Amino acid sequence: MQDGQNNNEVEQLIENMGQQLASRISAYAKDQFLMIGIHTGGVWVAERLHEILELEQPIGTLDISFYRDDFSRIGLNPQVKPSKLSTAVDDRHIILVDDILHTGRTIRAAMNEIFDYGRPASITLVALGERSGRELPIQADIVGKHFDLDSHEHVKLTGPEELILSITQAP
Amino acid sequence: MIQKNIQLDSQGRLRHLLTIEGLKRQMLMDIFDTAESLISVAGQSVKKVPILRGKTIVNLFFEDSTRTLTTFELAAKRLSADVLKINVRTSSNSKGENLLDMLRNLEAMHCDMFVVRHAESGAAHLIASHVAPHISVVNAGDGRHAHPTQALLDMFTIRRHKGEFAPLTVAIVGDIMHSRVARSQIHALTTLGVSELRVVAPKTLIPPKVDSLGVHVYHDMEEGIEDADVVIVLRLQKERMLGAMLPSEHEYFNCYGLTSEKLKAAKPDAIVMHPGPINRNVEIDSEVADGPQSVILEQVTNGIAVRMAVMSMVLGRPTMGNPTTGVDD
Repeated sequence: MQDGQNNNEVEQLIENMGQQLASRISAYAKDQFLMIGIHTGGVWVAERLHEILELEQPIGTLDISFYRDDFSRIGLNPQVKPSKLSTAVDDRHIILVDDILHTGRTIRAAMNEIFDYGRPASITLVALGERSGRELPIQADIVGKHFDLDSHEHVKLTGPEELILSITQAP
Repeated sequence: MIQKNIQLDSQGRLRHLLTIEGLKRQMLMDIFDTAESLISVAGQSVKKVPILRGKTIVNLFFEDSTRTLTTFELAAKRLSADVLKINVRTSSNSKGENLLDMLRNLEAMHCDMFVVRHAESGAAHLIASHVAPHISVVNAGDGRHAHPTQALLDMFTIRRHKGEFAPLTVAIVGDIMHSRVARSQIHALTTLGVSELRVVAPKTLIPPKVDSLGVHVYHDMEEGIEDADVVIVLRLQKERMLGAMLPSEHEYFNCYGLTSEKLKAAKPDAIVMHPGPINRNVEIDSEVADGPQSVILEQVTNGIAVRMAVMSMVLGRPTMGNPTTGVDD
């Protein structure tokens, strides 16, 4: 493990992202927004952003296991968590939060799932980290930190008490 | 009847679901956890997840069923599978085609799963032992033997209300003798490790040696449900009950029909379950069936999620590459 970041640095990244988001959404009423975190790391980041922005609607969570495009290859994730979207998606501005944006396939799956709940007014994508290796034309609107990595390297967020971004070498 | 556990593949994952017997506690818990995640699908405006898109599921029903067939079909559709219902009584079975020929034909049509309901015990097992390697079989009730998805949805309903199984006292009341549901429930409750498991019925409706399964037998209703956390009422299977096993339905209701008066013997927060269809005022009083402690309709709703979980787990076994929970992007 290298390039470990301590709690303060990740929290600082989230703080900066919160400020960027705040100026982006300031033109609208707060009840028009719905923040959705993607399991598991995205939920941790979303919880902190939700607090910073003081949004009114409770946070939504998505587990995209049932929407993955590699189901027939890797099978069902045995640790699949329930998706919870208690607030109606229809006509809301969605702030979709993930920990690391890599291939873009998770975001594709998450957007498909959101549209099965309704028709949002818009979706803004927020990622704590963004790395090279995109396989779909999906980009984040707000990014905490860019990582330029080789294909054998992975960046991972651990938490939830203390959020740490670390880079590991694949075996 | 079951020589070896053909339900599991070489890596211990669920390949067929034929009976609860032989399944480990953790496997049951995994099914419940997956079902819990699938409950929310019913709350989506598009009540579907794409996970079994392109899979074909055949409901092979050799015996009548409404609720089980409907919920299996809905479960498959909510997973985006294509579903085909074959009512075997009216199919080429009546033209003399034998069962294995019929299976070979369905395999040739590239089906992925058979959901089997049959009046003969062991039918699903027989089919599972003859299908091609890529096909899974789910037992939707075979004779007096087993009805595993019903037992799983009952356990799932109990877990949603009571949380832990360990402290619970569960009483199963009624026609244990003819009930495949009771058999599967007894196996499931034993595997999950409830504190006490009781069966309550007249002597004529208790199968011999039932106590060897680890249950306590009661013939008096109020003693049997005393301080129970869960009371499961079984349907009096009139169509299977030829001969003089009972004096009359009225007499049965007096002794074993669950009324709100008798229910007072159970814990105040006890839940009342019934696998359906209900014979009102035979095994259960309408006041109880429709009352605040009844979770009978919840069982039906939960049945869809549990059947979705079983189908997605059985068909969601990795077929290529390394099994991994995946490096997320």
